[in-house]
Amino acid sequence: MPFTPMELMICAAAGELDDGRTVAVGTGLPCAAAMLAQKTHAPNLVICFEAGGLAPLLPTMPISVGDSTTFHKAVLATSMTDVMQFCQRGMIDYTFLSGAQIDPFGNLNSTMIGTDYARPKVRLPGSGGANDLASFCWQTLIVMKHDAKKFVPRLDFLTTPGYLSGPGAREDAGLPANTGPHRVISDLAVMDFHPESKRMRVRSLHPGKTLAEVQTATGFELLVSESVNTTPEPTELQLSILRTQVDPGRYILGRAG
Amino acid sequence: MPAPLFTSVSSDAARQAFATKPRALADKVMSVAEAVRRFVHDGDYFCSGGFGSNRIPTAVLHEILRQGKQNLGFAGHTATHDFEVLCAGNRTGRGKTLAKVDISYVLGLEARGLSPHARRVIQSGELETVEWSNYALALRFTAAAMGVPFVPARSMQGTDTMAKSAAKPIACPFTGEKLVAIPALYPDVAAIHVHEADRFGNCRFVGTSVADIDLARAAKRLIITCERLVPHDRMRQNPHHTQIPFLCVDAVCEVPFGSYPGNMPGEYFSDEEHLRTWLTVEQDEAAFLKFLDEFVFGVPDFAAYLDKCGGLRRLQALRQREVLVGDAAQ
Repeated sequence: MPFTPMELMICAAAGELDDGRTVAVGTGLPCAAAMLAQKTHAPNLVICFEAGGLAPLLPTMPISVGDSTTFHKAVLATSMTDVMQFCQRGMIDYTFLSGAQIDPFGNLNSTMIGTDYARPKVRLPGSGGANDLASFCWQTLIVMKHDAKKFVPRLDFLTTPGYLSGPGAREDAGLPANTGPHRVISDLAVMDFHPESKRMRVRSLHPGKTLAEVQTATGFELLVSESVNTTPEPTELQLSILRTQVDPGRYILGRAG
Repeated sequence: MPAPLFTSVSSDAARQAFATKPRALADKVMSVAEAVRRFVHDGDYFCSGGFGSNRIPTAVLHEILRQGKQNLGFAGHTATHDFEVLCAGNRTGRGKTLAKVDISYVLGLEARGLSPHARRVIQSGELETVEWSNYALALRFTAAAMGVPFVPARSMQGTDTMAKSAAKPIACPFTGEKLVAIPALYPDVAAIHVHEADRFGNCRFVGTSVADIDLARAAKRLIITCERLVPHDRMRQNPHHTQIPFLCVDAVCEVPFGSYPGNMPGEYFSDEEHLRTWLTVEQDEAAFLKFLDEFVFGVPDFAAYLDKCGGLRRLQALRQREVLVGDAAQ
């Protein structure tokens, strides 16, 4: 069955979420991926939202991480500090983030483009909950469109921690041990981070994409895994559930991949 | 240069303010116009409850614009439509409603896109800004609600968000762990929208509380807008449902559909078309001024705004969207 780059990204992201785990998500692609995982291989995945919704039975895709669908038939409608403290205590396994820029260590910028904080060239929303979620959740999954303007050697502003300046830097800074970015899922490939150097590394290429294409769309040198394989294509079942149950209004699927 | 604290973190200074807060079980029902006139002053640090486009006190935000309040501080704690409304008092020929903003998330409307006017305001450099994460900014109300100058947290460490915040690194006195001291934020005035309040200001709401339980306790003055006034006796029957007690509250304003165009849990969904209209009309500065004249400055009160936006028919559709959503999924 034919599929779009967006559908592939959502399915690849969903595949990273194991059954019986907990995930803090925002709206958009991450939420679609979590819903898809729940409706396929991970029915016991617990979804939580930073505004206070815990384990909702999502009737539709939320528009805001605080709208009433985020606690529809939930087990708990609580506060932001309560949800963030579940994360800080080590109870939330995954989070899903994006940003305007990412660097080789998986650090993210969602604050500003430019060099002068007082007069940004382009002002962006800021951390929101991203800094907290990437600090606290065991594994950070990142979804980004692949573009050399977004995959940059150095961020204009380090909003949200990846591996900071490299091995050991998170722990030195005071962040919880054994946390950090786990995967970067783009429209071209899936990346992970080298276990020693903590630098971004190509793990699998999406069907039909080449390593050269991925490197050209990246503003820094990517490491390459010894066994780069091909990202699995979405199954017919995944596509059908995605199109008819997760996002029938094509709220996310209608966007360019 | 360390980022500034826009408000005092001193617990004793806060106690002095709370010492003079009225204790009487007094009738606090008044109009939104009167509440804003009496409790929001130029230069105040103002906070808005809810979550950007969910359970927000829209009527108070519009009234702040209409009364031309100037040079406010503001906590941009996933501030979306609320920040967008307040920004309409900057660079629109009416002085400067906002002067200082603590930012964890502003100018975006989440999945809906970015506010062009809020971006013009912030990129002009006319706002003094300080960065935080959402958890850190929420914890600032927790510290204030506790009556202490700070609480520790583990996020923000190692980032520019931390460097541009007014938080400070500390070492745990027990373990030596590196932590961040998140300073208390005692707003001069806050506005929170709830489902039900009695005339004295006891409040209850359903859905996520976001940061409002702490914000209500942290604020030196508090304006409540409610969907419905209910008899005091009903609060006494179910005290375990009260989230904000009258002691915190200075004004109670009954504003049906008061979170419009935002979502109100169990009552009505957000008006996505109207929110899109705001974002679209802001692209053109002249068109935005005309829009503001028509929808905010040119109307006497919030009820008139609701009428302009489609009135009861529109609100009924939004209520059906909210309460029948579970049926639609089956």
